[in-house]
Amino acid sequence: MMNRRTFWDRFYHRLFAFAAGLCVLVLLGIFGMLLLNGFRFFESVSLWSFLGSSNWNPSAWGKATYGMGAMLWSTLLVSLGAMVLAVPLGIGTAAYLSEVAPGWVRDWIKPAIELLAAVPSVVVGFIGIVVIAPIISRIFGLSNGLNALNGSILLAVMALPTIISVAEEAIRSVPNTYKEGAYALGANSWTTLMTVTLPACTSGLIAATMLGMGRVIGETMTVLMATGNANAMPHGFFDPVRTITATVAIEMGEVPYGTTHFYGLYALGAVLFLITLIINLLAESIAAKFRKQGR
Amino acid sequence: MTKQQFTKIVGIQLLLLCTLLTLSFLGIILFDLFSKGYSALSWDFLSTAPSKGMTQGGILPAVAGTALVTLVATLFALPFGVACAIYLNEYARDHWFTRLLRASIRNLAGVPSIIYGLFGLALFVEALHIGASILASGLTLALLTLPYIITTTEEALHNVPNAYREAALALGATKWESIKTVVLPGAMPGILTGTILALSRAAGETAPILFTGVAFYTRYLPGSLLDEFMALPYHLYILSTQHQSLEQVRPLAYATAVVLLGMVLLLNLSAIMLRIRYRNLWKTSK
Repeated sequence: MMNRRTFWDRFYHRLFAFAAGLCVLVLLGIFGMLLLNGFRFFESVSLWSFLGSSNWNPSAWGKATYGMGAMLWSTLLVSLGAMVLAVPLGIGTAAYLSEVAPGWVRDWIKPAIELLAAVPSVVVGFIGIVVIAPIISRIFGLSNGLNALNGSILLAVMALPTIISVAEEAIRSVPNTYKEGAYALGANSWTTLMTVTLPACTSGLIAATMLGMGRVIGETMTVLMATGNANAMPHGFFDPVRTITATVAIEMGEVPYGTTHFYGLYALGAVLFLITLIINLLAESIAAKFRKQGR
Repeated sequence: MTKQQFTKIVGIQLLLLCTLLTLSFLGIILFDLFSKGYSALSWDFLSTAPSKGMTQGGILPAVAGTALVTLVATLFALPFGVACAIYLNEYARDHWFTRLLRASIRNLAGVPSIIYGLFGLALFVEALHIGASILASGLTLALLTLPYIITTTEEALHNVPNAYREAALALGATKWESIKTVVLPGAMPGILTGTILALSRAAGETAPILFTGVAFYTRYLPGSLLDEFMALPYHLYILSTQHQSLEQVRPLAYATAVVLLGMVLLLNLSAIMLRIRYRNLWKTSK
């Protein structure tokens, strides 16, 4: 007969292991759910026309079309634009925080960046409508400032905290001996940063960029509110766009359960999930390397 | 001044400029919202329901809905997440299951929030027949916040010195008793910080509740967990893009944004304060 204390000890061990197992199940469940519903969609629509065509018109009478080309391109356009803005800014800030700023300045700036990360995406989208859109329409003489550029600016703001924190960690992981070597050769702090420190942590900076990208590519409310939602192939940053996430958000509320259109939105979700999964896996494997290096 | 010194000064100023530009985004968001939303804020705004096609009145049902759904999410995610973290930090050895678990948690944190919405719709609303409700939305948000709670809890547990565990075991405690009486109390401030951050994340999310229970407009406060509900972030979305007279309700949208942002920032500030307060918890005792 088992002692009561031993019984509870084993009970809790099992309970915690069970909770951990459920966690894995959730990820597998999300994956399985997307695959299952995606498969149902491809029973009636070919994968080729889904990926290759740019004509998304599920409610066309008699001849519905499901092509995600325009959405995929819109998503990439807005996200790449955001990266072009956020990466230099983020790495510059990270370099300032880790190499230049005195301790007390860092102690104030880092919580501020955390607060920036905490701003809900719907609030960022609102800022896009009331602040960024009027500025864009005035500067570029457009009738409407809700376009891909607006989305890129907002997503850049949302990617910045991620990029800064990972990049700062990467820059810190560069061994001091590298920098001391440069100083001993007579280099000043700027030259050391540009020719020794940053090149030494390139992989970490790439990881920072990718994690930022993973963050913005799945962002929904901001792009839904600020990019104009035109269901067409964009020709540049001044065109209104509709991303994958925005399409799912707009149309899911209107489609009847179990229709081809319904499963089509899950297929869009599956594509989005795969893109972010690949980006995050790559970024993590790169980041794991520089974390090991830093020790 | 040599050319090298000159580029150094310019370069360092450039880095400072990057930092200031980053901070200015936060400044613009705070300044614009608070300066324009301030005037529409009042006790009435917080304590009455929207009226006249949402062109007048307040946001009480939205505040109540957001509070309830966040509470439900935390009630589910906290015990589950803490249990997971205890397993990872206290029990797990390095084998395939642990690696799979860690990979799952990392990737769950990177899954876009709208995918959680799709998952919640398929699992809670349809498969489990809960229907679009506070409960379904709360469960969906619980899954979303789970990776955050696990990561922060694990870190808090990790910071408890091993000597404490060994002392408890040496006194004859079982592993579970040492966790319950020594490790968990010691990790409490860290767990609390993580929970507050998770709360603020759940309160501000829109995409996961979009298909799982949020309503455009409800006349009454939610009566049970199976009712549809109004939520602050969704209300802001409606007022700023979907309303038929957008310009007329702009002041209401501003005020809603201020309430939402104010709530989220307060939660985050309290988490930051907690962290600073307990930053040196283990340094003196080591």
